[in-house]
Amino acid sequence: VSDEIKVGAYICKGCGLGERLDCGQLATIAEREGKAKLVREHEFLCNAEGVAMIQNDIDNEGVNKVMIAACSRRSKTEAFSFENVAISRANLREGVIWVRPDTDEAKETTQEMAADYVRMGCAEIKYMNVPHSSGEGTTGSNSLLVAGGGIVGMTAAIEAAAAGYPVTLVEKSGQLGGGAAFEYKRVPEHMPYAELEDNGVAEMVAKIEADSKITVHLNSTITRTSGAPGRFSADISTESGSTSTENFGAIIMASGARNYDANQLPELGYGKTPDVVDQAGLEKLAMEANGGPIKRPSDGKEVENVVFIQCAGQRSTKEGHLPYCSGHCCLTSIKQAMYFKDQNPKIDTNIIYSDLRTPGAGGEDFYRSGQQKGITFTKGSVSEVTVGANGPEVKFNDLILAQEVNEKADLVVLATGQIPNSGVDIDAPAPQAGAPEVTLESILNLDYRQGKDLPHLKNGFNDSHFICFPYETRRTGIYSAGPVRRPMDMAQAKEDATGAALKAIQALENAKLGRAAHPRSGDLSFPSFRKEGCTQCKRCTVECPFGAIDEDQAGYPQFNESRCRRCGTCMGACPVRVISFENYSVETIGQQLKAVDIPDEFSEKPRILVLACENDAYPALDMAAQNGNHYSQFARVVPVRCLGSINTIWITDALNSGYDGIILMGCQKGENYQCHFVKGSEIAHIRMSKVDDTLQSLSLEADRVATYEVAITDIKRAPQLINDMAETVERVGMSPFKF
Amino acid sequence: MSDVIATNQTILVVGGGISGVTAAIEAAECGKQVILIEKNPSLGGRVSQLYKYFPKLCFPSCGMEINLRRMKVNRNLNILTMTEVSAVSGESGNYRVTLKTRPRYVNENCTACGECEKAVEAEFDSEYDYGMKKRKGAYLPFNMSYPQRYVIDPNMIGTDDAQKAKDACKYDAIDLDMQESETTLTVGAIIWATGWQPYDADKIQPYGHDRFDNVVTSVEFERMLDPFGPTGGKIVRPSDGKEAKDVAFIQCAGSRDRNHLKHCSRICCMATLKQTTYLREKFEDDFKASVYYIDIRAIDRIDDFYQKIQADENVNFIKSKVASITEDKETRNPILHGVDTEGYHRYSNPHDLCVLAVGMEPSVPKDAFPIDVVINDSGFIEADEKNGGIFAAGCSSDALDVNRAVQSATASALRAIQVINRVAGTEG
Repeated sequence: VSDEIKVGAYICKGCGLGERLDCGQLATIAEREGKAKLVREHEFLCNAEGVAMIQNDIDNEGVNKVMIAACSRRSKTEAFSFENVAISRANLREGVIWVRPDTDEAKETTQEMAADYVRMGCAEIKYMNVPHSSGEGTTGSNSLLVAGGGIVGMTAAIEAAAAGYPVTLVEKSGQLGGGAAFEYKRVPEHMPYAELEDNGVAEMVAKIEADSKITVHLNSTITRTSGAPGRFSADISTESGSTSTENFGAIIMASGARNYDANQLPELGYGKTPDVVDQAGLEKLAMEANGGPIKRPSDGKEVENVVFIQCAGQRSTKEGHLPYCSGHCCLTSIKQAMYFKDQNPKIDTNIIYSDLRTPGAGGEDFYRSGQQKGITFTKGSVSEVTVGANGPEVKFNDLILAQEVNEKADLVVLATGQIPNSGVDIDAPAPQAGAPEVTLESILNLDYRQGKDLPHLKNGFNDSHFICFPYETRRTGIYSAGPVRRPMDMAQAKEDATGAALKAIQALENAKLGRAAHPRSGDLSFPSFRKEGCTQCKRCTVECPFGAIDEDQAGYPQFNESRCRRCGTCMGACPVRVISFENYSVETIGQQLKAVDIPDEFSEKPRILVLACENDAYPALDMAAQNGNHYSQFARVVPVRCLGSINTIWITDALNSGYDGIILMGCQKGENYQCHFVKGSEIAHIRMSKVDDTLQSLSLEADRVATYEVAITDIKRAPQLINDMAETVERVGMSPFKF
Repeated sequence: MSDVIATNQTILVVGGGISGVTAAIEAAECGKQVILIEKNPSLGGRVSQLYKYFPKLCFPSCGMEINLRRMKVNRNLNILTMTEVSAVSGESGNYRVTLKTRPRYVNENCTACGECEKAVEAEFDSEYDYGMKKRKGAYLPFNMSYPQRYVIDPNMIGTDDAQKAKDACKYDAIDLDMQESETTLTVGAIIWATGWQPYDADKIQPYGHDRFDNVVTSVEFERMLDPFGPTGGKIVRPSDGKEAKDVAFIQCAGSRDRNHLKHCSRICCMATLKQTTYLREKFEDDFKASVYYIDIRAIDRIDDFYQKIQADENVNFIKSKVASITEDKETRNPILHGVDTEGYHRYSNPHDLCVLAVGMEPSVPKDAFPIDVVINDSGFIEADEKNGGIFAAGCSSDALDVNRAVQSATASALRAIQVINRVAGTEG
């Protein structure tokens, strides 16, 4: 009995639906064509009484599939969320009456539109099931693996442990602290942002040693990582060759950054005299001096004047230079100038910069403190550092005085940048034969089909691509933090580590419940495939934007549910259509478009299928409706999880069953892609370019099918694109494939 | 509000901008009980008033849509709008918080059908558009408002219009007798995410924002780009509605200035660089942007955006703190006076429009916090053990861009969870 499908169809008459539409007819359609066992109309379905009515049918009438014909699925979502039943929404308000004029003339086609959406809702719900967690993560690990024992890794470990989660910290070198351990002092983190603070490493190390929840592996690397959130397995290998294998719920990659090799800057004197150092070199000198006078390396003379050159080999398009700004160097140079000023205010310290970047309240206060301590700041452009008889000489153009200056110094400090330790660039093209081999050590050694490390974004950083989601990782459950993610100063790196720790904890908690991570948070559905139909073509494993699918030894796809973000790109990729989700499948969409009533060729009532990305295009159409922007009465809009989930069978089927035009609306692709499933829109564009063959074989015009990039703000453009297609159809004529 | 249940294992998030929303969702998605309160009728905060984000030039509403979807399906999250904190007492793991909710005069029956808006005549300045546009007395603050529920302007209460709105509603959603309500809750930790407000440009007297129509702030300029905004998406001069193609941007307007905000507001450089792209978007090659700056703080990897704008021949950079602005009486052009410090040239440059890149000021004045927290000279909450279970997120903690604000909010969620888990641990 429990397996029996019982569809309840609920038709709302509120918000003008009752006045504009013949809801009785819609109810009949739901019953007769949609095969709903129970059909109810309601004056105001989303109010407490309407919702209680549906709940009662679920509880007492055995309704296990609910089709709600009312407003957009984006509206009243909370009211219409019933547990343990499948729910589909027919969008009669934003999808029909708000996009059509309230005229006698429009009445017939408006009703037809509504009727089709009811048919579609009923068709969809028939094939939708309530998703249940796979159970894969029920034995999920609570432990976190942190790669890297610098400030970032230590912070992540301390913060996660403070929330009760066990942490294993793996550090390549023989001590914790990373680069910070070699810094004499740090930039102040508290008001008044004037006096330098201890680097804080010893305090953090002590905290870690005292914390029973944190296990540290020194002189160790991660030599293999497999699994998925909730059930990662990692081999931790020591230098001496012993390996232990442990299980983890999630991973934080805090592999930090290394210093740019200043030997690449001979024009700035590095390598020509020991009295030109980089920032790390100056830290060493300051450590040695330990509060006493800092001496220059060449002859041990106490430094009386020092010049700092900002952006050395950075923010530059010259070959071998870093194109980006390393984010911390302005603050660091001010700090280092203070090493001199705090010891002896008479020492001349000159910072030559192009833009002094000390943002925020603390940053600006610290800059001001530097000015008050007598540090000179010169806006200038350095052309050369030469080695004179008494030490280095800095040639620069003073941009304020507009003159060339030659300044002699005892010591020159180059503010060179940082390069992220982000491991192997898995997207790099395979090296050509004979090309010099670049050996980069992998950080995580993932045994994922798609590569050993996190994908890089730009310049080797594995930052998220999204402004509002800095932790939107492309490898679920693995979060990078600190300067490997993006150039940053120490204070920001600690904040970043804390944020990443939260996301890692969230990932392992989600895995336990089988819930998807952002952006389809909480989604319990996951892809499964029909093995007997699979041809092992590997398209799904190749195209998954999140590296969620491996291949088993026989070459079949191996889905790792808790890595999956539920976009459906695999489903769209599958040429034999064996991949599906319980509530989203080739059938849930395919049956909707087949359910649409296709009037005959001579009716002058074409049908335009619109497949719209649920995150951008669909909301844009909703908002168009909200603002009274009308569009063609012949459009039938179906939201999809991502354009990447569109299987070309839908297009072929639609063309074969007489649709006159098809529009795909996805997100911006390319370098500044907006697609939160990374490549969905791009992949769809590529797939659609191949639909031309289908069109040709059917002798249909190529412009019947169009793929667009649509933003959520395209509130006027999105309806216009539909209207354009209506015009195209009018121009090229109706499809002859009406049956 | 009677249905709100909170315990000392509940996290209260104060402020529903991107930082508060992020902190709330991130904590809720870890399985924690969260109450998110927002002063305004809708969540969204400042970012909802932006046209695009730098440096990707993507749309804030895209991220908001995702966050709304996350919130709609999350049962751990309780959202109260038009609500503020009036008192806090207690300590980490056990705070008593008094919340005050202003009447919306519209209940949860509202379907956002819009009939009440059509029925009323009265119009008021739109807060969402910084007063550059009028809205009806029954209104949805903006397209993506959440909750999608109308608001009745309190100034309309007692008028015929209010009754008209009520009569137009078929769903019994308008309750003109709604009163301010107060409730006291116990929570374990508090995330303070009240964000920022644009510095009052009128206070920068030499720039004449209060005297010259064609001197606007960066946030006002941003509203011009919204197709549903005050100018319908056109970049025009307020004085005569003519297209503004020669636009000056003044950096550090109110920031890095002892007379105003002494801190650097961080975002304004990038915001201006972004806004120069709006000119190219609207006018293609037929525009001129002049950026008067002290330092261009396009920090870290987004420096490439600065490099891209520098390569735009229509954008000029002038290293100068503008001394004053006068107005050409005839053309109504703002004329910028100052000294170009690269070579010390005096200038008096007329432009069609001048945009003041105004600074970020913490929304809550230093002396207005309901409980003792450590606040720095600039008014931002400092991370300090003395703050107990109260954690700042986003621009309550510093002048931050969106990316860093979200990062900060995510971190604050963990700090709050540490408190909650400690409480849960001791209570077994």
